[in-house]
Amino acid sequence: MIRTYLQVAADAPNQTGEQITFWICATLAVIGAIGLITSRKTVHSALFVALTMMNLAVLYVANQAPFLGLVQVIVYTGAVMMLFLFVLMLVGVDSSDSLVETLKGQRAGAGLLVLGFAILIIAAIGTALTSVTAIGLDPANAERGGNAEGLAHLMFTKFLLPMEAVAALLITAALGALVLAHRERWSAKRGQVELSLERMERYATTGEHPGPLPNPGVLATSNAIGTPALLPDGTPTDLSIPVPLRGESRTRLAARSEQIAADVGEVQSIASGAETRRPDALTGIDGHTDLDEVYPIEAAESEGER
Amino acid sequence: MDPSAYVILSAVLFCLGTLGVLVRRNAIVVFMSVEMMLNASNLAFVSFARMHGNLDGQVIAFFVMVVAAAEVVVGLAIIMIIFRTRRSASIDEPSLLRH
Repeated sequence: MIRTYLQVAADAPNQTGEQITFWICATLAVIGAIGLITSRKTVHSALFVALTMMNLAVLYVANQAPFLGLVQVIVYTGAVMMLFLFVLMLVGVDSSDSLVETLKGQRAGAGLLVLGFAILIIAAIGTALTSVTAIGLDPANAERGGNAEGLAHLMFTKFLLPMEAVAALLITAALGALVLAHRERWSAKRGQVELSLERMERYATTGEHPGPLPNPGVLATSNAIGTPALLPDGTPTDLSIPVPLRGESRTRLAARSEQIAADVGEVQSIASGAETRRPDALTGIDGHTDLDEVYPIEAAESEGER
Repeated sequence: MDPSAYVILSAVLFCLGTLGVLVRRNAIVVFMSVEMMLNASNLAFVSFARMHGNLDGQVIAFFVMVVAAAEVVVGLAIIMIIFRTRRSASIDEPSLLRH
């Protein structure tokens, strides 16, 4: 009798500790579940699920299942949720759900059905589990020297057949993922010969230049990579600029169009022999001068450009 | 502590997972809701194991975890294939077949 009282007294602090743990983790788990349903972005949903699973792991440990708690953290939050995030990154992070209801009243109907189901199941649990006290796993855990040892003993004796079946299932799943992710190559890979033949074919039909594209312009006023090269008639060519910079160089050119036109005119007149004077724009310039120094734009404009 | 609290929490999580499956239309979110339902049932198994004082429930929860991992691998591969061919992960798209 005294011994039972002592045990109750010893268990009492644990009980309150477990209750505090339960209420904190249960609240966070339910918040995670609600967040999964309500968040528009899929990545947020995935993070909410990870929150729920971490809290469930804590609850497993509180339920005397430390092995399952660790497996939950490693398998679910570690592997499964990261796999989810991986697929999300492949599919595209910003793919959010559309909120248009295709079936009329589907959401309200689903909410009603789930509410009814919840009332039914919780009422059943509430009536079935009144005044049930947990036996506790201390003797069962102590029998083999620990929780993991007890589980291992069960898995390889009583549950040996399901264990083998699960092993077969895992192998099948791995093979299935390999087969599903495999993409068949329907045509032979194109090598250097095929590519050059295609290039010449395009030259014959469309007249597209088969050689390499021209270098960026190395002008007296600038040799930056965004500077377009000038064609023989003095017009700049877009082909000489790397593709990502093409739009920007057009705006740069548009901001200084008259200045560049005057410069080009001057160069042309020198080339034709009409004028032998060195252009004004080039005096005092070495090869490293920036375009902005030679063609100064108004401060506000250049700041807006950047 | 009263084990029914854990079981009720698992019922609540299960219902929220069901709601997610029914309401959301992104295949990946539906998948995560299914995972949530499996986790809720695991919590019920674990608390029942403690209630009855033997480890069978924990072994079954372990098997559920393994099966869920296998299911995720295959399911995500299928979603990837569908996305590759249709450029969309919405499970609502087949309704366009009506038009």
